[in-house]
Amino acid sequence: MSVSRRAKAMSGAALAVAVLTAGCGGGADASDEPYDPDAPVTLSIGLFGTFGYKEAGLYQEYMDLHPNVTIEETSIAQSAPYYKALQTRLAAGSGLEDIQGLEIGFIADIVTNHADAFADFSRTDDAAEVEQTFYDWKYDQATTEDGRVLGLGTDAGPQAMCFRKDLFAQAGLPTDRAELGRMWSDWDGYLDVARQYQASPTRPADSAFVDSPASIFSSAVYQGDLAYNDEEGNPIPDSSDGVETAWSHASEAAADDLTAGLDQFSDEWNSAFANGAFATVACPAWMLGYITTQLGDGGAGLWDVAPLPGQSEQASNWGGSWLGVPAGGEDQEAAMALVEWLTAPEQQIKMFTREAHFPSSPVAAEDPQVADATSDYFSGAPIGRLFGESAANIRRTPIGPYDTQIQEAFTTALSDVATRGTAPDAALDDALKAAGQATGG
Amino acid sequence: MTIASDSRPRAVALQPPPPAAAPPPVRRTTRLTRNRWGYAYVAPFFLVFGAFSLFPFLYTAWVSLHRTSLSNIDGGTFIGLENYRNLLQSEFFWNAARNTLTIGVLATVPQLCMALGLAHLLNYKLRHRTFFRTVMLMPYATSIAAATLVFAQLFGRDYGLINTALEAVGLERIDWEGGTWSSQIAIAVIVTWRWTGYNALIYLAAMQSIPGELYEAAEIDGASRWKQFLHVTIPSLRPTILFTVVISTIGAVQLFGEPLLFSGNGTTSGGTSGQYQTLGLLMYQQGWSNFHIGQAAATAWAMFMIILVIVGVNAVIGRLRARADR
Repeated sequence: MSVSRRAKAMSGAALAVAVLTAGCGGGADASDEPYDPDAPVTLSIGLFGTFGYKEAGLYQEYMDLHPNVTIEETSIAQSAPYYKALQTRLAAGSGLEDIQGLEIGFIADIVTNHADAFADFSRTDDAAEVEQTFYDWKYDQATTEDGRVLGLGTDAGPQAMCFRKDLFAQAGLPTDRAELGRMWSDWDGYLDVARQYQASPTRPADSAFVDSPASIFSSAVYQGDLAYNDEEGNPIPDSSDGVETAWSHASEAAADDLTAGLDQFSDEWNSAFANGAFATVACPAWMLGYITTQLGDGGAGLWDVAPLPGQSEQASNWGGSWLGVPAGGEDQEAAMALVEWLTAPEQQIKMFTREAHFPSSPVAAEDPQVADATSDYFSGAPIGRLFGESAANIRRTPIGPYDTQIQEAFTTALSDVATRGTAPDAALDDALKAAGQATGG
Repeated sequence: MTIASDSRPRAVALQPPPPAAAPPPVRRTTRLTRNRWGYAYVAPFFLVFGAFSLFPFLYTAWVSLHRTSLSNIDGGTFIGLENYRNLLQSEFFWNAARNTLTIGVLATVPQLCMALGLAHLLNYKLRHRTFFRTVMLMPYATSIAAATLVFAQLFGRDYGLINTALEAVGLERIDWEGGTWSSQIAIAVIVTWRWTGYNALIYLAAMQSIPGELYEAAEIDGASRWKQFLHVTIPSLRPTILFTVVISTIGAVQLFGEPLLFSGNGTTSGGTSGQYQTLGLLMYQQGWSNFHIGQAAATAWAMFMIILVIVGVNAVIGRLRARADR
């Protein structure tokens, strides 16, 4: 009885799969017909977090320019569940939207394992021009080894160093961002300033110099030639120069009690912002928005922005996304046209002025609307120029599918050093084991 | 299966003795026809059970024999029992197993003792008895997520209420999340807070079915309230206690939500050195942080085996004790 019922159920499932496959095949056939840019079309976009296109009014703008296009966005808050859903849909080969947001945390997985599932932006007529508008490292991160381009960049996260002016002043340290930038021209200089802060008798007793060793580690690791992967994208956390240098600086800070030992993005970390428990935090461009949210209007003028240590040699990127178009969809051309428009420099400038998303395009970043931007909230810091210089100094570091997990292994072990006094060498062993656990199997 | 084997003899018994000449196939058809409504009534349960319990169960076993990732779940390579071998050799597994055991003991033992005591107190004639009983069940009705998030803030290192209170009475602050024992105790407190009232109500219901004559007889013999509790209440509750022990143990092996949310930032490593990573959390980390679905499936099956063993041991102990009592 039950066997035959299961057999029936399975044949039903097989039938469903066959129908779905046929459906996909049909879609591919349809796209062989010449693409009519004026035919009525509805494009669905699947996103996570705050891409902000809807809020910035860009969909409406596009639909006004192209009356035949209707844009529908579905968005969920967190990127982790979004990625899980995307993976199951890729596995099933169905349920994908016309356009999918892709994040730095999983773009390498898409590039390595799912390249065939996405349309190739390198084969469009204006591909060469489009490529010129992006930072090369940004464009490369979504490019496969054989040159297929699976998504176009939206925003970027060039890093700077945010510091609390009032805490620096109380500790008797300079508060001029340019002078600080000179003092911490590299991470050794940064740790020197940290020791001066720690030794200051006038600093608030319950404040630390930096929020977490992760602030140091996650920025410094991408300043090496290699971070977590070799050129082929294979994880090599135990032999990369980036990890080695980043670990030595970050574990030194953790072991010498220069950090507040907080887990980034935890409740305690959020509360610590409001309580002024740390004087510096590594600041990708989007972190400014996060700080503003944590502190509210009362926090205006407390923080300022200086260059990231070691930035003149090589800067560092944290975060950023792409828009990709699943291959074989009926409206693939229309979707690709929309992605090109949304990620074009003009729109990236609008996204900066309206939503404070830093462009992934040097053309946009050098535009006066971006380059000359200052932030009153951050003590008048020339954020456009600071982040622009940072973005221009980012070199391409190979990324891999397990960067997020490996980084978590290291930052977790660093917290162990900071909060439990574990010896850095033992913690490094733990981190490498946890990283091995994440990448193996 | 058990339903079928129970009902068949009864169905036979209800029938008049069959004529000796009747061929067996006819008899079977008749019986099936007579019982078809029974099958129809139980079918929905078994269909849902098959789709959402039995199939995932077997599918998990199948996946656990493969090296596969979430985005390629049907296309993994068959590796036999390698996932299980890796699991048994993995220090992460043994760490999680140890944590699950210690948190389980820390949570279950005080929880059941307190529940027994509370039930005993509520068994007295009190004013507003219904009110107390309702209040006791309220933690059980609170969502795990909400409760854990609140507790995680209470146990916060720098701004938590508990540390503020400790400091106010002149004690040292404790890094609740950072320490091994402190974090496990904190999690055990959350579990205990949530389940004590539930178990107390179960005990209370069982206590109310203990005949009053037993207590009267004990009182006439001069037994104090405490002696009555020890020698009348506890022996009468033995089957109920065994039941709650089994249920709490299964819950303890599956402990997941509390350690996941206790870290406060959604990491699945269970603390900076995995000091409160439970088996459930390890499985989640393997499957949904690291995307090694095969490994996660093997861990899931290992957890199931552990539960089977524990329930089996409990059942044997219960039976032995019952035999010893006789």
